[in-house]
Parts: sequence; structure tokens; C-alpha cells
Amino acid sequence: MSDKKNWPLWEVFVRSKNGLEHRHFGSLHAADAEMALENARDVYTRRNEGVSIWVVESKHITASNPEHNGELFEPAQDKVYRHPTFYDLPDEVKHM
Amino acid sequence: MKNENLYNYILGIADNNLILGQRLGELCGHGPTLETDIACTNISLDLLGQVRSFYQYAAKIAGDGRKEDDIAMLRKERDYLNVLLVEQPNTDFGYTIARQFLFDVYHFLMLTELEKSQDLTLSAIATKSLKEVSYHKRFSSDWIKRLGDGTSESHDRIQMAINDLWTYTDELFHQTEADKVMVAEGIGVDVTKLKDDYYNQVGNILEEATLEIPERKYFQKGGKQGIHTEHLGYLLAELQYMQRAYPNMEW
Amino acid sequence: MSEEQIKNLEEQFEARILRDDKIEPKDWMPEKYRQTHIRQISQHAHSEIVGMLPEGNWITRAPSLRRKVALLAKVQDEGGHGLYLYSAAETLGISRDEMFDQLHTGKAKYSSIFNYPALTWADMGAIGWLVDGAAIINQVALCGTSYGPYARAMVRICKEESFHQRQGYEIMLKLANGAPEQKDMAQDALNRFWWPSLMMFGPKDDESPHTAQSMKWKLKRKTNDDLRQQFIDQTVPQADILGLTIPDPDLKWNEAKQGYDFGEIDWDEFWQVVKGHGPCNKERMKARVNAWENGAWVRDAAMAYADKKSELKNKQAV
Repeated sequence: MSDKKNWPLWEVFVRSKNGLEHRHFGSLHAADAEMALENARDVYTRRNEGVSIWVVESKHITASNPEHNGELFEPAQDKVYRHPTFYDLPDEVKHM
Repeated sequence: MKNENLYNYILGIADNNLILGQRLGELCGHGPTLETDIACTNISLDLLGQVRSFYQYAAKIAGDGRKEDDIAMLRKERDYLNVLLVEQPNTDFGYTIARQFLFDVYHFLMLTELEKSQDLTLSAIATKSLKEVSYHKRFSSDWIKRLGDGTSESHDRIQMAINDLWTYTDELFHQTEADKVMVAEGIGVDVTKLKDDYYNQVGNILEEATLEIPERKYFQKGGKQGIHTEHLGYLLAELQYMQRAYPNMEW
Repeated sequence: MSEEQIKNLEEQFEARILRDDKIEPKDWMPEKYRQTHIRQISQHAHSEIVGMLPEGNWITRAPSLRRKVALLAKVQDEGGHGLYLYSAAETLGISRDEMFDQLHTGKAKYSSIFNYPALTWADMGAIGWLVDGAAIINQVALCGTSYGPYARAMVRICKEESFHQRQGYEIMLKLANGAPEQKDMAQDALNRFWWPSLMMFGPKDDESPHTAQSMKWKLKRKTNDDLRQQFIDQTVPQADILGLTIPDPDLKWNEAKQGYDFGEIDWDEFWQVVKGHGPCNKERMKARVNAWENGAWVRDAAMAYADKKSELKNKQAV
């Protein structure tokens, strides 16, 4: 094994077509951002899967900790009034 | 053959793609990283896709019942018209990239002109190919810079590859008899006119890559006349093996 | 963490898997789950990239340009699939370099099928048809596995691989309907690849130590023997369409079990190949190690270049 630094890991986000958001497609290794873009093009859009690519070095992503899932996400569970089905309307009112 | 000049002209373009595509195909599974491996295979696939369009057209021009594979695989050594540059072996990744780069810059310039051809088929193939080759050029230029301005080892290796392959660059701008006729008919590209642009572009990238531009007064040539380096024979032996060992079969 | 707490977490963890919850990289997981997944996913990745070699041998000799581009694209896909899988394993805290190192030093295994030589063009057909056919059966089952990144990689891989088996079968069809020489070539390839393909599903259930645990974690959805049976039942009629003969005199339809009975697999050969005594183990490893070692200066150069450029950028920013 070479004792030099290895190519870092990058996360790849691809927009499949205009109008859609970029979606996480996977990861790859590259020495720099330029190469990460090229590699992403070669690895993840071989079958016409994309019109735009974002790459970001994995270490720059800050992720929430699943151990905090309780405090982060559960409080939203009982806020049913944020959903349309919470409100009672007569059937005659259509499309609201 | 009624239009032998056009036929030979097409082969002069297409054989470059075939031989370089074949060379890159040898590398599949052996790249320095998976990502680079996949990228080089993409280039090979682009070149071989282009070559199929060219040979299908050449087969139509020949009109003697031969198909694309007959033209690709059943000619003799002296009948292949590719330039010497593309048949040079994959000595290491430096040679692979140097060969690619020295070809890509030419390929892009040539196709840009071919797009203006009076021959609509050639013009259409050129249009489609240009997008692919534009990416090839970007890919190989980027790697020239990385290797040239990377470590001292990579600098030396890519410099050596460039120096060794430089001798095959001048041939890219030689005109064959078929070329001259095709240029006169508004079909072919006058490659002699691409030379200055080529060496400027190549020089700029090499400079950016902190590499020396080789000084050479004597260049190798012959590919366009079917006089190749010894490397081509081995390449053809593999390329043609199945068609030669099992003649007249469908695959 | 106390033993009590760990036990509690483990119970919750197993309950999540039972509910078909996916496990994601940063979730707590038992160490054994992590290690088992690293082992299986990296083995799977190694199989993809070692699997590039036998077919890669034939790229330069493909008999037509159409076959050449199809084979190139297929072998390239295998590289891509290796990459997806290495990435999935990396989410568990192992680097690709470490995994390569395990492969190159023989610590990690890969599918033994790739230690058999690809001798003729028909082997490209047989590998696509049988080897990819067997792999797909395994992989479809894994699309629902419990570890999210692995399951997602499998979904992508299955989608991309759908052309692989067809590519192989089409080669076989052409040969089987071609000249006598071609048909012989196809039969010969089937003869050589049939039994190794059956071995791809691993040892019999009663000799497969990981099955129970793997079933629980959905690393396996069916047992080795069930998958093998499924493969045989779907492949025999395909051989009939080709007019080729499966090289097993004991193969016959069993009406009661609605499946084929088949002959005894040579398990001694299986274990010998696993242990490194297959026809091509050494060549395959040599090719991988060479690619990696010969590429070291290239990888280093790219890193050095990237460092220089980012230093320059930082300086300019100041």
C-alpha cells in the first residue's frame, strides 16, 4: 500500500431531469472536486440518468445523530393539525 | 469500387477509432482506480460506437456485400490506415493518457471541420462524435495536468511518454491521395490546416502541466499508407482471431 | 455501556429488523452485525471486480463490434457495481484501501466462479447466462436486506444487470443455432460452467454456518439450497430452448416437489477452489495486485496535484 494520502470519498447528487431535485445517488473516490464531477459523470450517468451533478466531499456533510431521533423528530408526530386531514369539512366542499 | 477515394477516406478516420478503442479495451479491469477504469472504458465505448457508424457507411460505399465487421476485422495488416500514434501500446497509465491526449486534441479539431462536410452522413457522425470527443479531450487534458504537475515521479513518467509519442504527432497532418481528392470535393478535412492550432493547444496544456514541449525535427510516419509499427500485428491478431479461426459465421 | 444496556439495545435492534425497518450507517448496531456486513459486502464487491477479469480477457477478441461494445459495457458495469458495493461497505467504517488490502493479501474471499478460466468465446455466453443468472437470484433476494446502503446498492445493481444475462443468453442462442462448431463450443462452455455455477450458491444448508444468523438479518432471504433449486428449475428449460444438454445424468423432473432432482455436486472441488487451488486463483490475484500497484504513482500524483491546487486557492483567498 502506498503511504501517501488516499483519494477522499465524495457524495454524488444527480438531477435526473429539469424540474426534479438533485437526489443522492451514491459515493465515489476522487482526488479533487473536478475529478469527482468527472468520475460521477462516468460512474453514475452511464445510462442517461442525469442532467446535472453535485458532488461534495463526504467529510463536509454534517449528519444528525440517530441517538437524538427522539428529540429531533418525535415531537412532530402529534402535530396533526399541520395536516389537511385534521380539519373536518362537509363532503359538499370539494377540492380544498 | 466506384467511390474508392471516399471509402479510403472513411477508413482513414475510422481505423484510428478502432485501433485506439481496442487499445483502451485492453485496459478494462486493470485501471489505477475503479473510477478511472470506468472512465477509460467509456472512452473506448465512444470510439467503438463511432467506428461502427463509419464502417457501416464504408460498407455501403463499398457495395460489395461486406459488412461492418468484415471491414473492421478481415483486412490485412497493410490495409489498415490508422496513424501510428493510436497503435502504440499501453506501456503504463502515462503512455495511455499521453496517447489519448495527443490524439484527442487532433480528433476534436478534425471532427469540428468534418461537421462542415458536404457529405451529410459524415457530417452527422461528426456532430454526434464531437460531444463525446470534447469530453475525451477534457478528461485527457486534466490527467496530463495532474500527472505533469503531480509528483516528481509522475512528472518524469508523463514527460517520457510525451517525448516518446511526440514522434508520431506530425503524421496526423499528412494528406493521403484520397484526402486530397476529398478535400477538393468539399467532403474531406484539410488536415494540413489543423497543424498550427494543434501544436498551440497541445503546447498550452503541456505548459500548464509544467511539461517540456519536445523538440523534434524528425517524425515517424507510414500508418496512413498502411506501413505500421510492429505493435499493430499483435493487436490485429487478437482483434481478428475469431473471424479468422471461424470464418463465415454469425455471432 | 453496561451489558444490560447493550442487551437491551440488541433486542430493540433485532425488533427493528423484524419490523422491516432499515438500518442506516449511523444507527447503533451490534458489532457482529457490522463485521458480518463488512465481510459480506466487501466479498460481494471483490467478486464484482475479480469478475471483470475472465470476461475482460475476451474484450479484445470479441467476434464482432456489436459483441465487443456489449461485453465492454458489461464488464464496465461490473466495475461500477464493485464501486457501489465498496461505497456501501465504507459506510460501516472501513476504507476501500483496507478492503483492497484484504483482497490482495488473501484475507478476503470472492466468488470462486471467477477462478475458472474463460477459454472460448462461448464462455462469454455461458458466464452471462449462468453466472449472472445465479448472481441475479442471489441479488434480487438482497434488495430487501436490512442494511440500507447495501439494499440500495443491490436495487441499482439489479436494475443495471438486467441486460447482462440477456447478453449472455443471446450469445448462446447465436451459437446454438449456428454452425456445428459453434454449437459444440456452446455445449462445451455449458459443460464447464454448469457445476461451478451451482456451487455459487455456497455449501449445502446443513454445512453453511452463517445461514441462520444471515436469515435473521435478511442478508439471506432464502437458504443456499432453496436458491440453488430455484436456479436449476429456471435454467433447465432455458437450456432446452438452446437445444443444449445439462451435463448431469441424474437431472430429472420430480413431479412431487415440482422441481428438478439433480446429481451430487463435487464439494471437494468447491472447497479446494475456495482454499485457493482453483485453475486461476493465482492469475486473478496477480492481475488485481498489479493493477493496484502499477496505479500507485497515478493515485499519488492526482492527490499531490489536488493538494497543490487547494493550497494555491487558499493563498489566493488570503
